[in-house]
Amino acid sequence: MTARTLTVRDLAQIAIFAALIAALGVPGPLSLGVIAVPITLQTLGVMLAGAVLGARKGFFAVLLFLALTAAGLPLLAGGRGGLAWFTTSPSAGYLYGWLLGVLVIGYLTSRLLPKYPFWPALGATVLGGIVMIYAIGVPVTAFTLHLPIWGALVDASKFLPGDAIKAVVTVLVARQVHRAYPGLIPRRRAVTASSATSTPTSTATPTPARASDE
Amino acid sequence: MSTIVFDGVSHSFGDRSVLRDLSLTLTERRIGIVGANGSGKSTLVRLINGLITPDAGTVTVDGLLVAKNAREVRHRVGFIFTNPDNQIVMPTVEEDVAFSLRKRGLGAAEIAGRTQAALDRFGLSAHAAHPAHRLSGGQKQLLALAAVLVGEPQVVVADEPTTLLDARNSRRIADLFRAMTQQVIVVTHQLDLLEDFDRVICIEDGTVVADGAPAVAIDAYRALLA
Amino acid sequence: MIGLYSPGHSLLHRAPTLLKLAVLSAGVLWVGILGEPWQLLVALGIIAGLYPVAGVPPRAAWQQIGPILWILLIAVPIQALLSGWVPAALMAGRLLAAVALAALFTLTTTVTAVLEGFQRLLRPFDRWVDADRVGLLVAITLRCIPLVAEIVTEVLEARRARGTQGSLLALAVPVVVRSLYAADAIGEALVARGLDD
Ligand SMILES: Nc1ncnc2c1ncn2[C@@H]1O[C@H](COP(=O)(O)OP(=O)(O)OP(=O)(O)O)[C@@H](O)[C@H]1O
Ligand SMILES: [Mg+2]
Repeated sequence: MTARTLTVRDLAQIAIFAALIAALGVPGPLSLGVIAVPITLQTLGVMLAGAVLGARKGFFAVLLFLALTAAGLPLLAGGRGGLAWFTTSPSAGYLYGWLLGVLVIGYLTSRLLPKYPFWPALGATVLGGIVMIYAIGVPVTAFTLHLPIWGALVDASKFLPGDAIKAVVTVLVARQVHRAYPGLIPRRRAVTASSATSTPTSTATPTPARASDE
Repeated sequence: MSTIVFDGVSHSFGDRSVLRDLSLTLTERRIGIVGANGSGKSTLVRLINGLITPDAGTVTVDGLLVAKNAREVRHRVGFIFTNPDNQIVMPTVEEDVAFSLRKRGLGAAEIAGRTQAALDRFGLSAHAAHPAHRLSGGQKQLLALAAVLVGEPQVVVADEPTTLLDARNSRRIADLFRAMTQQVIVVTHQLDLLEDFDRVICIEDGTVVADGAPAVAIDAYRALLA
Repeated sequence: MIGLYSPGHSLLHRAPTLLKLAVLSAGVLWVGILGEPWQLLVALGIIAGLYPVAGVPPRAAWQQIGPILWILLIAVPIQALLSGWVPAALMAGRLLAAVALAALFTLTTTVTAVLEGFQRLLRPFDRWVDADRVGLLVAITLRCIPLVAEIVTEVLEARRARGTQGSLLALAVPVVVRSLYAADAIGEALVARGLDD
């Protein structure tokens, strides 16, 4: 966290999204209609962090959430937490996969904005939120349980329908949010320009779109 | 009392002009600000501690240009928001009060002492180690006040501090404002709160339309609403 | 910040966090290279013995270790079919031992102590990472968790009040938008309260 490049507003957004991922774990694993496999909403939070906040802020939000969980707060869905989930658990890889996933979604999303067309956005979200996460999660499961990769993959595939729904929801949500609330993800070019001009005026909080009911 | 000067201040959000060429000098001990929803009150008071920097004109606090000396000004001007939930930034009650004292060159013992005193004063000592979100709405606003006053500001600005409270709690907060030795600037829609204030300013559509003794300005505001 | 910590005064509770972390890592490695079933049984016995030493209530221990048993219930038969029962049992034993060790660390170390440990580990990197700011961010996040949980609850209730069961989308959009507004308000409060570095 190179202190100088994150504004106070960035910090608040990072904290809120880390908290959002935690809050989405509160209902615990839930079953969605036809799918018999319980899904947790926390991966939805991870995908949203990338698609709404972008790579940098989204990454820090996920990292922060994971650090608090590793430290022993029961923030994973179903009140789980602690170091075991990051070290020895067969599903540990998925948690590290979140970090890669949020980066990929965030980076690709920043390239798709401001238009954010549906199909490319869905492709970006699936690539980051499913492919990347499984790419780390599945081999780790295979390794810890001494299963062949295909075995672990078959095991993981039961989560696929739920994750696909979450990817679609993420894109639909991010679309509406970026329209209602532009400027969440700075454009590449704009980043360097604004950080050069905004350093002397240390206040970066005035908000472009405040709720009129605040 | 501090002197707060707005000189030719204008501000817009996008193409919506919210404050228009506004000039004011505030020196009274207790100042109330009234006006319809969207008239620009919150924008006006946010200029005082530099949460918003005006598009044109200047704001100074005791001669300090807010835009240039934001840090210094924020030590002098405490700010109370409408919703205490958003003002509380630390997990526990005492941590939140102590947060106001960080980076002021105080020792740990000094910070603990002042925090304890502030909690005592607002009847929150029993909750010191509790999670702040467990407090009731009224207690949360008390915590917000404690956390601002512990920094010993010379001016307290409050933007609708009683709007979310029930009648009893809002009377309690009002009494606390009355008892404060600081200069107080309060935005409110609860006009009875301002009856014994020294000065009331009525804003309409980004300009001052009435300014004077409470009775006069509040009457003007009522006429405007009618 | 109680978390999963199980309060107590045992040797394990009082040991320095980073030492515990180092012993834990060594323990996991050691368990990982044990090749004989009897060695693994001994290791499991030692680890199981540590739980009463730490005075961890069985319920708390079960909460930590239980979930892994469910996974093993599926994984062990598959593994047995693929490569025989002995390797399957070894795998299960290693995993169980490692999880139990990690859980023991979590159960005997306060969240505050772990976070301080993390900060200490970050110190060599203080050119890139501002530990003070990380600590601040952690505290703000802990404050935000109940705030966002409340937003989620309110949106759920509003939905129920309107009788619309609605989709995940109808839940997620207001939650995200309101969370972003809350972030703005908190950012504003942080600035007003003197955080402008
Ligand atoms: N950050 C912002 N971005 C865009 N528009 C804003 C912002 N803040 C305020 N506005 C607009 O500026 C106008 C004045 O807002 P302000 O909050 O100052 O009004 P107010 O007098 O405090 O109203 P209320 O009594 O409802 O609190 C409103 O039309 C509001 O929608
Ligand atoms: Mg207002």
